[in-house]
Amino acid sequence: MKFLDEYRDARIARQILAEIERTVHGSWVLMEICGGQTHTIMRYGLDELLPRNIELVHGPGCPVCVTPLETIDKALELAARPEVILVSYGDMLRVPGSFTDLLTVKAHGGDVRIVYSPTDALRIARENPDHKVVFLAVGFETTAPANAMAVWQAKQEKIGNFSVLVSHVLVPPAIRALMTSRDCRVNGFIAPGHVCTVMGYEEYESLVADFQVPIVVGGFEPVDILEAVLMLVRQLESGEAKAENQYVRSVNYQGNLPAQRIVKEVFEIGDQKWRGIGTIPASGLRVREEYGDYDASRIFGLASITVDEPAECISAQVLQGLKKPTDCPAFGMRCTPQYPLGAPMVSSEGACAAYYNYRRHGKQFSVPSSQFSVDH
Amino acid sequence: MDEKPNSLAQLICPALHPAKDTILLGHGSGGLLSAELMRSVFLPAFHNPVLARLDDQAIVYVNGVQLAITTDSFVVKPLFFPGGDIGSLAVHGTVNDLAMGGATPLFLSVAFIIEEGLSIEVLRRVVESLRAAAQKAGVEIVTGDTKVVEKGSGDELFINTTGIGLVPNGLELSANRARPGDKVLLSGSIAEHGIAILAQREGLEFECPVVSDSAALNGLVAAMLRVNGNDHNPIRCLRDPTRGGVSSTLNEIAEQSHVGIQLEESAIPIREEVRGACEMLGLDPLYVANEGKLIAIVAPEATESILEAMRRDPLGKDAQLIGTVVAAPSPIVTIRTSLGTTRCVDMLAGDQLPRIC
Repeated sequence: MKFLDEYRDARIARQILAEIERTVHGSWVLMEICGGQTHTIMRYGLDELLPRNIELVHGPGCPVCVTPLETIDKALELAARPEVILVSYGDMLRVPGSFTDLLTVKAHGGDVRIVYSPTDALRIARENPDHKVVFLAVGFETTAPANAMAVWQAKQEKIGNFSVLVSHVLVPPAIRALMTSRDCRVNGFIAPGHVCTVMGYEEYESLVADFQVPIVVGGFEPVDILEAVLMLVRQLESGEAKAENQYVRSVNYQGNLPAQRIVKEVFEIGDQKWRGIGTIPASGLRVREEYGDYDASRIFGLASITVDEPAECISAQVLQGLKKPTDCPAFGMRCTPQYPLGAPMVSSEGACAAYYNYRRHGKQFSVPSSQFSVDH
Repeated sequence: MDEKPNSLAQLICPALHPAKDTILLGHGSGGLLSAELMRSVFLPAFHNPVLARLDDQAIVYVNGVQLAITTDSFVVKPLFFPGGDIGSLAVHGTVNDLAMGGATPLFLSVAFIIEEGLSIEVLRRVVESLRAAAQKAGVEIVTGDTKVVEKGSGDELFINTTGIGLVPNGLELSANRARPGDKVLLSGSIAEHGIAILAQREGLEFECPVVSDSAALNGLVAAMLRVNGNDHNPIRCLRDPTRGGVSSTLNEIAEQSHVGIQLEESAIPIREEVRGACEMLGLDPLYVANEGKLIAIVAPEATESILEAMRRDPLGKDAQLIGTVVAAPSPIVTIRTSLGTTRCVDMLAGDQLPRIC
């Protein structure tokens, strides 16, 4: 497949790996922010191919994983109401709330539907004027423009039975929170390519300057990630710290300006709870006052639902790259994708699920990088 | 990793288990939840040696004759999709379950559960499709039943078919017969049925429309069984990877035979448009349903001759050797990626859900 196969090409991957081995001397801890990148690393076993002195840790960039318990509980409460059709992206459905999940509410008669785009939720609202259609608008900067567009369109068309339950998170404040954390071990970041397709990477310059930490925008295929690692290693070995872009086929410095405009039109920046991490100042988006009629939290009076998450939870440490999923005593035993205890086990992009799905075959099958062979 | 284990033991994850006392859609997806339902509800109730084999069909002996029996219900939505409809699917599904036991399918029963309000014209089209598919597969529909349920109690039309077939004496195919060294063959490109249905249901349009692979495989199986005759049958096991896809079927075989299965990712055939659709929708084709493909576990020495026989049949023309059965301490399916690394291929937990981004 064009624009895909060349980024999975074993020969190119091997060349980049060889270049990384030639370049690296120190020991570096690199964090990929996005769950999609974690998924690729695990699926292709990239961490096994890299030299041992490069450690990859997995960041908080799985939107399903960081959506706070509170939002899930609000969605569950809405989904159980007979007048509500709750519409969501597919992988939110299995996320456990405090007592149940959306799939179970659906099994008990709740009208819960999966869509691929928020504009489909708008269509459902047009087709069901007797129902209140609520879209569970979660995600990073990537999904924000489409979610904003749905709200904007609803207002233009005066669709009164549509609203969004918003839990939007932003990447740069999360990186800042990670870097200011006392335990931070990260020497360099692979920034999320999809987020930067929307936002560009200008906003990472201040992080680079404040923390002297290299940040490279990376894509999602194995060659993308290896190349991003190489770019980070080059900076680290030469003592530089710059914001660079590996994912040039999709990302430019300024990003997608019309997309950013619609986000600013509908949303404003506010403090945001991250599941497993806690509240990070100015790290989320909420619906502006002018669009308040489309804010499910306001119109359904859900503000009273607050849930405190236990401070002690290993998912917090996993999402900050302090622990590996396999360090959790529940991993693979009491906590599996079938019965997830914590959110990182739910979405295929969650770090715990990626380890569970791809890494249970144990040491006997793992291929040391020295025996790396690709011709078959 | 560098923390003391004591401090970790005190940590707890915040969320509680979702309720386990309710049937979810995932219980019907052919993955882990289905297997759990089987283990916890059906097997304890009906326990007998025939059922305990957990193959796609029951093999029973009646007066010295070896019969295969199977039943399947079809609840596909939409009723009509590119490459087939609920009628042809109801024939192919049951015929294939018989064929996977090495049986020559003979007779089918058909039961219709119709929702009040269905147009008779739609029913006629489905029935005609059933007839044509049965004729093509060489089976006769010899009995049936009709029930009508109130509007809202069904989804237009459900069909159940039960089939009976004759198994040649001495022939035994079962998911518990895979042995280390055996080879894994796949009859053609994967994930077409699941993607065709999804595309139709969601109104997704692709440049090249994806067509369901729904087809009766009894002819292909007969050709494969002719390779060495019955005396020394090199085929250990045949399975059609329907719900849950190739990965779930191979996990079942690994579990029932207590072996490992190692796959070669680059050997698994998948059409360009299906791959594109899976990339776009965030689905792993290994978990997407097929309705006209089979997986054969065969003795290593017969690999080439069986592959040749498969490739001579139109339904097996893209057949490939995709992996090897290996000894393993516990049942597991692994795949070697294009980069030479290995990852495990698990059974599907619940339904495969599309991702956010």
